Amino acid sequence: MSGLESLYQEIILDHSKQRTGEGFVDPGTHASADNHQYNPTCGDEINLRVELSDDRQTIEKVSWEGDGCSISMASASVLSDMAPGMSLGEFQEMVDKFREMLRSRGQIQPDEEYFGDAAAFAGVSKFVARVKCAMLSWVAAEEATKEATVAK
Amino acid sequence: MSTKYALPESTPLNNETVMKLRQDFPILSLEVNGHPLTYLDSGATSQNPVQVLDAERNFYTGANSAVHRGAHTLAVESTDLFEEARRVVAEFVGARENDIVWTANATEALNLVTYSFANASEGLGGEAAQKFALQEGDEIVVTEQEHHANLIPWQQLAKKTGATLRWIPVLEDGTLNYEEAEKVITARTKVLAFTHVSNVLGSITDVDYLVKLGRQAGAFIVLDACQSVPHMPVNFRELDVDFAAFSGHKMLAPTGIGVLYGKSELLKDMPPFLTGGSMITKVTMTEAEFMAPPTRFEAGTQKVSQVVALAEAVRYLGHLGMENVHAWEAELGKRLAQGVSEISGVRLLGPAVGMERAGVAAVHVDGVHPHDVGQILDTEGIAVRVGHHCAQPLHRAMGINASTRASGYIYNTTDDVDRFLQSLATVRPYFGIND
Repeated sequence: MSGLESLYQEIILDHSKQRTGEGFVDPGTHASADNHQYNPTCGDEINLRVELSDDRQTIEKVSWEGDGCSISMASASVLSDMAPGMSLGEFQEMVDKFREMLRSRGQIQPDEEYFGDAAAFAGVSKFVARVKCAMLSWVAAEEATKEATVAK
Repeated sequence: MSTKYALPESTPLNNETVMKLRQDFPILSLEVNGHPLTYLDSGATSQNPVQVLDAERNFYTGANSAVHRGAHTLAVESTDLFEEARRVVAEFVGARENDIVWTANATEALNLVTYSFANASEGLGGEAAQKFALQEGDEIVVTEQEHHANLIPWQQLAKKTGATLRWIPVLEDGTLNYEEAEKVITARTKVLAFTHVSNVLGSITDVDYLVKLGRQAGAFIVLDACQSVPHMPVNFRELDVDFAAFSGHKMLAPTGIGVLYGKSELLKDMPPFLTGGSMITKVTMTEAEFMAPPTRFEAGTQKVSQVVALAEAVRYLGHLGMENVHAWEAELGKRLAQGVSEISGVRLLGPAVGMERAGVAAVHVDGVHPHDVGQILDTEGIAVRVGHHCAQPLHRAMGINASTRASGYIYNTTDDVDRFLQSLATVRPYFGIND
């Protein structure tokens, strides 16, 4: 796979256009928190909301508004697809593994079964300048989840 | 001992002569991602000719020593080179020697002015410095086009002194709204700070007109000359600005060296910004007396090798002739603007095709983020700037967050421009956007 194709995989291009989770959803009575992340280098920006289940043990929904490159938008979309239904522990583990993969400069081959669509971002790890783009929404979700667990 | 130039003095620049000139720039023969490097990011930082690199190396191998301290032979030689550089740079921009202050970069040069004014506002510098003091009711006028370096220091000064920050707005294409300038600049205007050439758009400001308004208002006039001094003949005394800032690394010199131009008759009354060694005459445990400018504003060990290298960069540009430089870059700018305007779904920012512009074009690609545009170009070895180019308010005024900018210099050919245009035309199709 040539450099560019490994970065802009079909899954990423699709998610960057058909975006899951775009547009804030009212959490109703569920505990939720919003987090804002901004990449001053390129202007990528995301406001992301994590809504927890009644018992606050699982992620119920992820919704967001943002503006940015195809990698950052696709990453937010994939995250919003995958996170709902995960326990807080499972989700944090995936964020950690995703981060580790992105920082590996192409050294870590993702377990596709585990990562699902998120495995498509493995190619991003070879483009150091783009790692932040892919991480932006995941960092926002990580922070929002922490805040939501202690929200009143 | 200077390195021979690839071109004879005052050679007009064209594709043929530029190809020869490129021999002076080793980095331009790099391959990037399997393609010859097409460097169109000189607006961010320019490349260095061997003459400049040699000058810096020769300084370290033949003269290196502390300047303005010590009486041994090398110290004298270093000091001579350091001060000779000041004469060379002063002459290049129509200034007197004592008008030139060395700084780390243009950002520091602009901060020097704002911090000095803030110090004057707090009473430092005594009676003579009171003309620089700001207070509530005073106004600082900038433009919506400014690089953050010529905006945020003024925001900070306004916050410190209670003065009000106002600005000349831009039109939808990002160029200055001169009609509004007349309303914004008033008798309350204490400072008028604006850019000579927009770093994003390549539009050239009507300096004479704004200076006239500024003078009528009795304001101090500050010019951000980062994108003009490297690219066209500039004479600060003729332009009649009070202060100006520019940066070495955008004009063939290394990073770490910038210049503040200040009329020496004003600098002499200004309180210092950074204080410490080298800028004092007599020091007691409670008081210090300061040197005359420019030394008053050059505290601590100076960046001597970069100063020497900057002087060599100025000689290099002088050897080419700034009229020649300006004429060639106008050609590049024209070709960029024309070419961009022919690509479907790509919006040319700034001056319309046929209007005056520097050798720069910033574009908005409909439906594709600049980061993705830059990525496609990079795979073909084309280096451009993507992002907000340190001008967020300008982008916001144009209804976008970021843009893609190609900026040319003396070593670019029309082939470079054409490679950029060809690659730019493939971006929307690559992302599956068709009209």
